[in-house]
Amino acid sequence: MGRLNTLGRIAAPDELYEALLEAHRDLDEAESRKLDAKLILLLANHIGDAAIVREALDIARAGATTQTSPGSGTA
Amino acid sequence: MPKTYENPVFAYRRSPDQDGPEARHPVVIVGAGLVGLAAAVDLAERGVRTVVLDDDETVSFGSRAICFSKRTLEICDRLGVGRQMLDKGITWNLGRVFFGEREVYSFDLLPESGHQFPAFVNLQQYYAEEWLVARAAATGLVDLRWRNRVTGVQARDDGVTLQIETPDGPYPLACDWLLAADGAKSFVRRELGLEFKGQVFKDRFLIADVVMQADFPTERWFWFDPPFHKGQSALLHKQPDDVWRIDLQLGWDADPEAEKRPEKVIPRLKAMLGEDARFDLEWISVYTFQCRRIDRFRHGRVFFVGDAAHQVSPFGARGGNGGIQDTDNLCWKLAYVLQGKAQESLLDSYDAERIPATDENILNSTRSTDFITPKNPASRAFRDAVLELSAEQPFARAWVNSGRLSKPAVLSDSPLSSGAGLGWTAPDAPVLRDGRADWLLPHLHEDFTLLIYADDETAVPEESVLETGDVPIRVLTVMLPQAARRAGALVDAEGLVAERLGLAPGQWLLFRPDQHACARGEMLDMAGVRAARDRALGRVERAAAAQRMVV
Ligand SMILES: Cc1cc2nc3c(=O)[nH]c(=O)nc-3n(C[C@H](O)[C@H](O)[C@H](O)COP(=O)(O)OP(=O)(O)OC[C@H]3O[C@@H](n4cnc5c(N)ncnc54)[C@H](O)[C@@H]3O)c2cc1C
Repeated sequence: MGRLNTLGRIAAPDELYEALLEAHRDLDEAESRKLDAKLILLLANHIGDAAIVREALDIARAGATTQTSPGSGTA
Repeated sequence: MPKTYENPVFAYRRSPDQDGPEARHPVVIVGAGLVGLAAAVDLAERGVRTVVLDDDETVSFGSRAICFSKRTLEICDRLGVGRQMLDKGITWNLGRVFFGEREVYSFDLLPESGHQFPAFVNLQQYYAEEWLVARAAATGLVDLRWRNRVTGVQARDDGVTLQIETPDGPYPLACDWLLAADGAKSFVRRELGLEFKGQVFKDRFLIADVVMQADFPTERWFWFDPPFHKGQSALLHKQPDDVWRIDLQLGWDADPEAEKRPEKVIPRLKAMLGEDARFDLEWISVYTFQCRRIDRFRHGRVFFVGDAAHQVSPFGARGGNGGIQDTDNLCWKLAYVLQGKAQESLLDSYDAERIPATDENILNSTRSTDFITPKNPASRAFRDAVLELSAEQPFARAWVNSGRLSKPAVLSDSPLSSGAGLGWTAPDAPVLRDGRADWLLPHLHEDFTLLIYADDETAVPEESVLETGDVPIRVLTVMLPQAARRAGALVDAEGLVAERLGLAPGQWLLFRPDQHACARGEMLDMAGVRAARDRALGRVERAAAAQRMVV
């Protein structure tokens, strides 16, 4: 059973959504990714519970289509 | 190129084994590197003769291990070279991490006093090896054969036969047990057809040892994206003899041969150390790092130790320090089996204990290397996010990973432990012995040690060694400071034994010969202690029977 709260909790989602997009304006791909990463780190730290963050990670990952990544080789 | 150290040359000597029929020895060790030498001395300390074969005629050459951990020093102290390593080595406890121009994080690896050895010393690997060679000779039980290259291995159920190439031609040699300590490219491993599985990191590092007089503090300094080496990482470490270790990340596309040339290296170093810095190049190499291991470290009569069994990236200094813990784990077990005091099945616990420990080393080294060498845009984004945040946001500093440095393995799921919460190595603590300052750890070296924490009321066995006809259990009484003196007892003058080992008067702990705790109890009952020792010797039947008797 999850402890991640997935009930709607933000009063004005459209506004926050807009703010999220706005934050990325004029950023290139790398800067954008870094911004998201900072946001995740800040919020994860605020939540302070790795298990809850992992739950969110599972949900976020569930819909993703995967491909084999080039990354580092094995030997 | 090295100017501060001249490699000793150890002469090849013809062995009588090369003349007679195929000779057979109880234990042969392939490889006189750091780990093979430690194994030879360890076994000799336990009365076991070994033959050690090495294809070279000297100790390790150029820049290799420099950071030796507290645990390694403690083990090497038992082997007789720990003091030398401490005296010659550069002691350090503190690491600092910089991002760009500013310091973002620092860590103290030994924030408390009251330990004989520091968190780390830096010392060139060849010194440690040279002293181990001398120790091995001094024991009189190590037959070290230089320029003996193993070129064939036949492993059978009852032993191993080797083919050896020497300047005088080949000869065969048989043994009951083989320790493969022949390094990351292990010939024995390849002969046995064992896969070395894991990850290669797609990056290259310039490792430069330079001789220079400089007054940087004796700390580990690590930079991400420093102004002098944009977009890459750098590491600075002090070694003895005014030698400084500098690691510069080069990226995967760098040409390793070109990067080694002084005309490439010197400008890079000047950018870091200043245009006016005066230094001499001692040794230059370019490395690619990997984290990998074989599936099992015991294959019948063959044991893999050190880099032959596993290899890690150097961030965290877990290679050599991990290898020394392999031999610390294996040698007492092998000695008891050879002496007929334990069953061969005890040797399976080498895998059960060292594989989880190795996985912990691989996990930590992999995580550090992933942080230092991001392998895709996502990992780079997270890495840079952590670094940028760390400048202003204290929470992010703990996420900065420039290497999580080697710690002694906790054998938490060991089949040799009687009970949970055991398997850790005894922490050191200051004690008094006959009124003089001493340390706890050197008293836990031989056989099993029953440490009893005592006040005036505590009943303690009269003999200092129990079970002399079997595997001995040495009694070590540690007294509360205010208790009356007892002969042979240590006094816990600062209360640190009680604190660090979590002991109250009347309680006891049982330590294995490698100083790992394997049992504890509230009140001394000798049947329980014996059962725990039997369990730690893999005598499952006897341990169970003894346990039943207690009930
Ligand atoms: C740049 C760098 C930095 C490092 N820094 C650290 C550090 O700070 N701390 C740390 O703990 N570790 C460090 N390491 C890792 C450390 O150097 C190794 O883990 C360590 O040397 C392993 O010792 P070993 O005895 O298993 O193997 P080796 O030292 O490689 O010894 C193997 C021996 O076997 C011999 N041999 C090989 N094949 C044969 C054969 N067929 N017949 C006979 N003999 C043979 C070789 O001549 C050699 O003497 C570092 C490594 C590198 C590369």
